[in-house]
Amino acid sequence: MNLNLTLIGQAISFAIFVWFCMKYVWPPVIAALEERSKKIADGLEAANRASRDLELAQEQASQILRESKDNAAEIIEQANKRANQMIDEAKEQVIADGKRLREAAQAEIEQDVMRAKEALRAQVSVLAFAGAEKILGATIDEKAHSEIVEQLAKEL
Amino acid sequence: MASENPTASEYIQHHLQNLTFGQHPDGSWGIAHGAKEAADMGFWAIHLDTMGFSIALGILFLWLFRKAAKKVSADTPSGLQNFVELMVEFVDGSVKETFHGKNKVIAPLALTIFVWVFLMNTMDLVPVDFLPTLAGLLGIPYFKVVPTTDLNATLGMSLSVFILIVYYSIKVKGVSGFVGELTLQPFGKWMIPFNLLLEGVGLLAKPVSLALRLFGNLYAGELIFILIAILPWGLQWALSVPWAIFHILVIVLQAFIFMMLTIVYLSMAHEDH
Repeated sequence: MNLNLTLIGQAISFAIFVWFCMKYVWPPVIAALEERSKKIADGLEAANRASRDLELAQEQASQILRESKDNAAEIIEQANKRANQMIDEAKEQVIADGKRLREAAQAEIEQDVMRAKEALRAQVSVLAFAGAEKILGATIDEKAHSEIVEQLAKEL
Repeated sequence: MASENPTASEYIQHHLQNLTFGQHPDGSWGIAHGAKEAADMGFWAIHLDTMGFSIALGILFLWLFRKAAKKVSADTPSGLQNFVELMVEFVDGSVKETFHGKNKVIAPLALTIFVWVFLMNTMDLVPVDFLPTLAGLLGIPYFKVVPTTDLNATLGMSLSVFILIVYYSIKVKGVSGFVGELTLQPFGKWMIPFNLLLEGVGLLAKPVSLALRLFGNLYAGELIFILIAILPWGLQWALSVPWAIFHILVIVLQAFIFMMLTIVYLSMAHEDH
């Protein structure tokens, strides 16, 4: 085992190999590796962002749903209220109408009674005249006694 | 082959001998035949098999990774890109865990070390006689296929790492900072020679241990494969298979340790005390 020129030859070839590797092999490979790791990182980040967006959208959707439910409930409540109101109004109307009709009917009845009384009174006076004529046997001057008769009629 | 019917020790030595090219003591250039001749060539010789396999495997690594890197995209990866990304991510993670400064070199360096050392170690799993016998048929006398079982290969890498350690130490801390780190601790300025000795040994131990650890592990592993190969052929698989399976773990582990220690040493070089 002797040391000789091989030592130096080996060192030179080693240096050349290292230089070549440093110049033409290492940079492209390591650049590609870095680029890929960057790509992967970007992809992961995008995925994260997307899932975050999704979460946000879901939250928004559920909020909108909740709001619309609330709105619908409000609308239904309003409608109910309105219906009740209308029923009440109608009831009042009906009561008022009934009352008015009754009053009108009563007034008519009273009027009829008055009219009947008038008629009766007139007929009573005629009857009284006739009765008095029969009793007195003479015609009573209507003009002369009308005052008395009218007084009588009034008293009736 | 050294001879037609080698003895066990000849066989082992033959397998542990690199294909050395250099100048013979008599002045002629050529391939060494035997360990003695190779040693006589001194420093100015080169192991053709180590260089050939390591460079071929390095090119295989870079070609494969460059192919993936050229059409790499951030979309869903497939096939080769998956594998390359896995490796790059693994190394990048290891570097980021240990080294917190800014340095464009360390991560590609670590990747190169890991994959290259792994590929060189993997040659260990090729049955020990396949390639040398093939080479022998082609007239090549010696053929050691695992570059990391050659101390020159591991030491060449670890010395490069050592140069980087010194370079970054000086770059980050300045010359005075680096010298101060070597001399003023752990015992303060009255013990400068002792401190220098201690820290100097610590510094020099880094490349040496880095190189010897990888070399030792793979050399020993290879040696055991060779020893198994001496056994009667009917018995070989019973030992060779478990050892190869265990070795799968070793080759990855050794590549990882070399890479990890390089990262640690360089991150230590960047730290200011």
